Amino acid sequence: MIEGKGIKKSFGDNQVLVGVDVKLYKGKVNMIIGKSGTGKSVLLKALVGLHDVDEGEVLYNERNYTAMNYKEKKVVRREIGMLFQSGALFDSMTVEQNVLYPLEMFTEMTPVEMQERVDFCLNRVNIKDSNHLFPSEISGGMNKRVAIARAIALNPKYLFCDEPNSGLDPQTSILIDTLIKDITEEFDTTTVVISHDMNSVLEVADFISFVHNGVVWWEGTKDDILKTDNKEVVNFVYASEFMKNLRSARLKGDFF
Amino acid sequence: MQLFTHLGGYYLLLLRTFTKPERYKVFFRRVVEELELIGLGSISIVSILSIFMGAVILIQAANNFSSPWVPAYAEGVAARDSMILEFSPTIVSMVLAGKVGSSIAGQIGTMKVTEQINAMEIMGVNPPNYLILPKVVAAMLFFPFLVILSIFLGVSGGYLATVLTGLVTVENYIYGIQFDYNSFYITYAVVKSIVFAFLITTISSYQGYNTRGGAKEVGASSTKAVVYSCIAILLFDVILTQLMLTPGS
Repeated sequence: MIEGKGIKKSFGDNQVLVGVDVKLYKGKVNMIIGKSGTGKSVLLKALVGLHDVDEGEVLYNERNYTAMNYKEKKVVRREIGMLFQSGALFDSMTVEQNVLYPLEMFTEMTPVEMQERVDFCLNRVNIKDSNHLFPSEISGGMNKRVAIARAIALNPKYLFCDEPNSGLDPQTSILIDTLIKDITEEFDTTTVVISHDMNSVLEVADFISFVHNGVVWWEGTKDDILKTDNKEVVNFVYASEFMKNLRSARLKGDFF
Repeated sequence: MQLFTHLGGYYLLLLRTFTKPERYKVFFRRVVEELELIGLGSISIVSILSIFMGAVILIQAANNFSSPWVPAYAEGVAARDSMILEFSPTIVSMVLAGKVGSSIAGQIGTMKVTEQINAMEIMGVNPPNYLILPKVVAAMLFFPFLVILSIFLGVSGGYLATVLTGLVTVENYIYGIQFDYNSFYITYAVVKSIVFAFLITTISSYQGYNTRGGAKEVGASSTKAVVYSCIAILLFDVILTQLMLTPGS
């Protein structure tokens, strides 16, 4: 489990996180949702240590990550896989080399074992016949899938995904969501997904944290989020006309 | 005030760069890659530049040394010493700052703004050590070779100009380039090239590593890398000359 306690982070005068308390559960897809500019990505980067927090602490299975020195953090980081919004694949390496990279850096595997692991990871995300292409030569959806393959190469305990569906069509989005969900169950990872896509939330979320005004404003399951009366959550979830109609139908008793 | 912030940032980046590599096998492979990019890729520009500069120095010297008090072999001495003392180590390094420095800042800057460096950081890799150290090592190993090559080709360029223009006789030129030869000048040139290699690669890496924004900022970082590297080269040129060539210093 990952736990954030009283996380505060500001950039100059702009206080983005004003005391975030959050719990992210093992073997679950934990979604952090909220409007744009509410600090979701800052929270994610604070959790993984890309941003130093001003106050508060982050615990990985009760290990205080914020209090660790650089060497100790590196050990925890090897248990983390991360999918960046842009994919962040190494653009001068091929698809295969991208997945091979963490194995070369951190394992004692033989070249044959490494190749087997690369093939397994790429097969797992349904990438075939593209091993020798560069990231610029594959589609956005494939980019995300290769990034997932790279993230799972070292069997991570924690998987972080920053807006995995951004820039993807609805069908590919569902594919990526399903893949993240399946990998979470298969590898029993603590998965944290940042999103503002309600389709994703309803598709794969096991546990949802709604960030508003720099704090976790609301928490619950995907069933809870459809039933809550919390004003800010309702405004976020039922932003579209379709969802508004769905809500009024539910309130009349026609649905759910 | 900003200067001290940058100096502090530069120092901190160097501290992260000069640590034990994660995997020596990967590190040596990266050094070889950088030797090819930084070193072999620069041979042609250094060669062309040096031949022409050697020829120009010879022609200018021949046209200006018109006094009967100047010995006939002085043009050879001028071509040789200009190449060894200043042109090959300093001017070639400034040209390399443009070629290598901008490429380093551009590469690292792009990796920074596209979150590739964050991706490395999250994996537990030390990005400065993985990205910058092989470049520094490769440049410090290869720049002396480039400088020696430049000296040789520059003096050869002078010889070519002698043959083609007839401004100086071949005998006087050959005598001139051998006259009062001080081998310490080569040591001085090599030391300068090693220091300049360090400055170019680290300053350019620092500029790239601190890029924020997008394509425009990556371009700006490349420009700054070249400008600051050239300023640092000139500053250290003065310091090294005072330290190594001034008697009693």
